[in-house]
Amino acid sequence: MAPLIPDIISPEYNYLIAIIVGIGFGFALEQAGFSSTRKLVGLFYGYDFTVLKVFFTAGLTAMIGVLLLSHLELLNTSIIFVNPAFLPSAIAGGIIMGLGFVIGGFCPGTSACAAAIGKVDGWAFIIGATIGIFAFGEMFPLLEDFYMANGQGAVLIYDVLGMGRTTFALLMTLIAIVAFFVTGMIEDKVNGRPVKILNGHWRNKALSAVLPVLMVILIMATPSRKEYTMQKLEARAAAGECNPDLIDPDKLAFELMNNYYQYNVIDVRSPEEYEAFHIATAINIPLDDLHNTTYRELLNQRIQTNVFYGSTPEQAKKACLIARYHGNETSLALNVTAEKFRDTFYGNIEIPDDPTKEEQTLALFRKQAAEKMKEIENNLASREKPVKKKITRVQGGCS
Amino acid sequence: MNPYLAGVLLGFVLLTTIYITGRGLGASGAMKSVAVSTVKATAPEHYENTAYYQDYAADHPEGPMKSWLVFEMIGVLIGAFLSGTLSGRIGLKLEKGPGVSNSTRLIGAVLGGLLFGFGSQLGRGCTSGAALSGMAVMSFGGIVTMLAIFGGAYAFAWFFRKMWITR
Repeated sequence: MAPLIPDIISPEYNYLIAIIVGIGFGFALEQAGFSSTRKLVGLFYGYDFTVLKVFFTAGLTAMIGVLLLSHLELLNTSIIFVNPAFLPSAIAGGIIMGLGFVIGGFCPGTSACAAAIGKVDGWAFIIGATIGIFAFGEMFPLLEDFYMANGQGAVLIYDVLGMGRTTFALLMTLIAIVAFFVTGMIEDKVNGRPVKILNGHWRNKALSAVLPVLMVILIMATPSRKEYTMQKLEARAAAGECNPDLIDPDKLAFELMNNYYQYNVIDVRSPEEYEAFHIATAINIPLDDLHNTTYRELLNQRIQTNVFYGSTPEQAKKACLIARYHGNETSLALNVTAEKFRDTFYGNIEIPDDPTKEEQTLALFRKQAAEKMKEIENNLASREKPVKKKITRVQGGCS
Repeated sequence: MNPYLAGVLLGFVLLTTIYITGRGLGASGAMKSVAVSTVKATAPEHYENTAYYQDYAADHPEGPMKSWLVFEMIGVLIGAFLSGTLSGRIGLKLEKGPGVSNSTRLIGAVLGGLLFGFGSQLGRGCTSGAALSGMAVMSFGGIVTMLAIFGGAYAFAWFFRKMWITR
């Protein structure tokens, strides 16, 4: 799953990719006409709304793209960079930037485009911006408290507004369409042209306005890839097509005592529950994460048999079904809960008065099994543990 | 180019960047690298003794210029130059509003840049890094910065109208 760096493309290529996307960025900005300062400030005087059109279209295209990729489970949005919210400094900084925009006629990205095609004012703006950044660095001790005030972390706008992610995207798309419409009329008025509501090519215009709206509605109406998989899985299970094979605790204990290396025991409870108690040799993959592509290889290995257990037998069965859905046919589910397993072996093993031979053997077996499993676990504790991959948010932004 | 088409192109560049690297685009960060490098080269003692630069050095262990945004901005210069060549817009020029002298325009550009550079540091990103990229990932902070930039520009536009329009 994307982002492709660092797992699919090595981070060493990151700078090369930076140059390539930079070329695309510069090309698009210059083609949009952003190397012209008069075109840029036109937005603030009403004679040219190109900036708004390009900026809003670009933001929406990327936003809907991110939404679609996440919907199809192609992009993990929980680790991409989200600019942190520090409201006082964001608002003050933004207003200062706005002032700089109308005085200087550029923003940093567009000044670079202007500079690249030989505009002297572009270079002047870059020199000014560098000095401004230097001034901020020198004044930082005075500004630090204000800069760090009211930090809220990587907050998302739809959470702040209390709406769904797709609802917000739909709202933004509709606002953009209305804005394009209205600014087109303002532009005509300011430039002294007759105000036309939809001049020429109205079919193309209507089509390009409907397209993003349809896209967002489609994302809203269809289940995400994960939801779809789960629905299909449950439907199959309900139809009795895909019954997991069960294993009982005594059998599992016996197998662990004698051939633990043939089994891959997976605890699908939460990490906290796993820490508190887990069956010998078990690893922990919470049920919600089991569907992740990260674990696909592990589930589909053919050397060991997967044995799932959870806080309920249903959890174990569901995990087993997920494994089967992704192609592993040999997975087993423990037919008792993790707690029951613990009580069976590590709890008080009572031998009834006047036991039968069978009862005696079972009690003896369980006591031995408990000891043996502890031994295995202790032996395994000293083995080399797999390196736990820490997934962190990507660092980005302008720093 | 049609502005909407250019917007879609720009949107796909941004989307590709997010898909590959997990981060958005930026611009002012590269100028920060230049500013910090200049301090490092001209006043090494001051550089060593200032916490702000040392924090930056800690984030960029291979030197201030070895930063993603510096490489991206090199690309921007190349891309804009290519586009300018294709559209025949290359040439030494100073663009300004009607009736504005060259020196006024240059002073305005430096002063505006100064404010923009300062503001971009306070606001944690400029129009590219905070506003555009923030909008794509629906960041609250990024969208607030965007509204403040454009709101601020509209609020001040009237006072500087003589620099751009005749009325």
